[in-house]
Amino acid sequence: MAHDSGGSSFELKAMLRDERFWKIAFQVITLIVVLALVSFFLSNLNRNLIQQGRAFSFSFLTNPAGFSIGESLIQYRPNDPYWRALIVGLGNTLSLVASGIALTTFLGVVAGVASFSKNWLVHKLSRIYVGLVRNIPLLLQLFFWYFAIYGALPQPENQIGVFGIAFLNNRGVYIPWASSAVLALLGIAATIGAVIAAFYLWQQRTKIRVETGTGGKTQTIGLAVLGLLWIAIIVFGMNWTIPAGVEGGGVEGGLRLSREFVASLTALVFYTSAFVAEIVRAGIQSVSKGQWEAARSLGLPAGSVMQLVVFPQALRVIIPPMNSEYMNLTKNTSLAFAVAFPEMYSVATTTYNQTGRPVEVFVVLMATYLSLCLLITLVMNQLNQNVQFKER
Amino acid sequence: MRKWGLLAAALGLTLAACGGSTTTTADGGGDDTAPAAGGSRLDVVKDRGQLICGVDGGIPGFSFVDESGTYSGLDVDVCKAVAAAVLGDAEAVEYRRLDSTERFTALSGGEVDMLSRNTTWTISRDSSVGLEFAPTTFFDGQGMMVKTASGITSLEDFAGKAICVETGTTTELNLTDQMRQLGVDFEPVVFQDADAAYAAYAEGRCEGMTSDKSQLVARRSTLPNPEENILLEVTMSKEPLGPVTVNNDSTWFDVVKWTTFGLMQAEEFGITSENVATFEGTENPDIARFLGAEGTLGTDMGLPNDFMVQVITQVGNYGEIFERNLGADSQFELERGQNALWTEGGLMYSPPFR
Repeated sequence: MAHDSGGSSFELKAMLRDERFWKIAFQVITLIVVLALVSFFLSNLNRNLIQQGRAFSFSFLTNPAGFSIGESLIQYRPNDPYWRALIVGLGNTLSLVASGIALTTFLGVVAGVASFSKNWLVHKLSRIYVGLVRNIPLLLQLFFWYFAIYGALPQPENQIGVFGIAFLNNRGVYIPWASSAVLALLGIAATIGAVIAAFYLWQQRTKIRVETGTGGKTQTIGLAVLGLLWIAIIVFGMNWTIPAGVEGGGVEGGLRLSREFVASLTALVFYTSAFVAEIVRAGIQSVSKGQWEAARSLGLPAGSVMQLVVFPQALRVIIPPMNSEYMNLTKNTSLAFAVAFPEMYSVATTTYNQTGRPVEVFVVLMATYLSLCLLITLVMNQLNQNVQFKER
Repeated sequence: MRKWGLLAAALGLTLAACGGSTTTTADGGGDDTAPAAGGSRLDVVKDRGQLICGVDGGIPGFSFVDESGTYSGLDVDVCKAVAAAVLGDAEAVEYRRLDSTERFTALSGGEVDMLSRNTTWTISRDSSVGLEFAPTTFFDGQGMMVKTASGITSLEDFAGKAICVETGTTTELNLTDQMRQLGVDFEPVVFQDADAAYAAYAEGRCEGMTSDKSQLVARRSTLPNPEENILLEVTMSKEPLGPVTVNNDSTWFDVVKWTTFGLMQAEEFGITSENVATFEGTENPDIARFLGAEGTLGTDMGLPNDFMVQVITQVGNYGEIFERNLGADSQFELERGQNALWTEGGLMYSPPFR
């Protein structure tokens, strides 16, 4: 007995002196504290909800929603269930995110590259744009575009026609569009396909020309054929409907982009692009001066220096922070709610107000934005791997 | 091996901790933690010495905050009445401005003690949203405001037109119902913020603006050219508006409910803020009970027995509140209509104070 207890006390002392024990013990204690806090808050929430007669449940999602939604990509009627209303909101969010990312990338890269321009005006414009837009809260910019810019457009009776094929009034922007959604999707897919194919053809052409000094004729012809094919598909395959002004105001045909959508998109794109421009600028600056000088001493013209030597190296620095900007844009679409665009957050707010289920609706909301952002990260990580140094 | 033993011990501890915490919360019944869970909100308000009241703050006549930060309006006066009843001081109120989407979460989360924020009494809010509705302080109906120049005279004229509406309201649902019934395809433009909604209507984004009629009338006075806007001759719904408290706290709910009833009962008795002193030592047993000179109606509710004297002296009766904020003494000059006492053909009726 005595021997036994002496042995165990010795073991205990040894354990207390053991650094490894304390390393693990601290982790265990932290874990316990975190779990205890979480379980306390969750049980407190649950208890309060039950006391108010609102136990946690998602069954309300199948009840009829009863409210109307201004615009929708899919068929929606007010007596459809709440989950369908939320899908409508998600669709509107996605269209804002997709068009936002495309336009932001374009505008951001242009503004970022422009800051290196030798042209005084272009350089200054780029700097002023970044300095101004980056320092004003997005919500204010949303209101500015919605009320001050698009709100200043005339009433439908006096709408502005653009060459008779597009119209602007204070209800929105009307543009020519494919006559059906399927055709429109095909057109978008064809455009994306053409861009990717053109990119690879161009890369191949450059490679051949760099290695052999001449040639690449096949690829040039390929590019031309691709371009012609794309134009043919877009011009003749889309069965375009052109918006036409109606007597007494209003527009028929074409695609109507509501003022809410256009204002949200403009604000988001201008805001996020300013950050992207800075990222692009930082990326280009990160390429050492020697690379510029080496490229120039090879006799490459200024455009090619940027395109062949500097930009590919800058991409390695640019892509990781771009991921955050795309995610910011995605999450910031929820602010479009302030200017009445019926995106996910707006529909969710109406839903939790009419059902009295904020906790459940916010779980859905958080899961949605989380999945969207993780999806973007997945794509961007893949892209990042492609531009990293290839060890040969 | 030893490492695994440590980990297993840690896991066991964690589980024990979790199990322990759940049992305590279940046993404890919650009287030690959040005030909303245990005792009544009434005790919380008394301890704090101040009532936190959720209001809109942007609707002249109901709750409006002026340049000096002073709140006024019918909804505000209801808050004041409750503060006078509980704390004996009508000014012991902290107002929280809430928009239509925040109000219910703010209430059930315990950030405000009560709402007095033109909230429509509906069955789903009473049951599934988890609220308790005190008596209606204003009987309203949903209306539609249009610009005179638009030529719109009925809801059918809204085919293909846009209507601005505030989100999270019953109006949003009623509008959809009405239009569905009429088969009219319209474009809803849904704003979170009432100010933004009225701004968008004023600059012509929408042909129509829909809300409770009283609110439209009140808001019209703040538009750039009020006389260029008219209310259509339609009533799209019943909108009984009144104070709200959270579910399952009947002690607190009773206080809000009977203070509100007291405002109406005072008018029925003919007791006003000016003549309330003359009723001291009255022979009428009903009035004596009402004012706390006889019986224990007040103390039974956990209030001072003369709580109605405080309310009437400091805030006035329902008729006074109405006339001051919405009626003849205000810029709106609304008729009492449905909001008159039942004895005068209206709907304001208090159960007996007995």
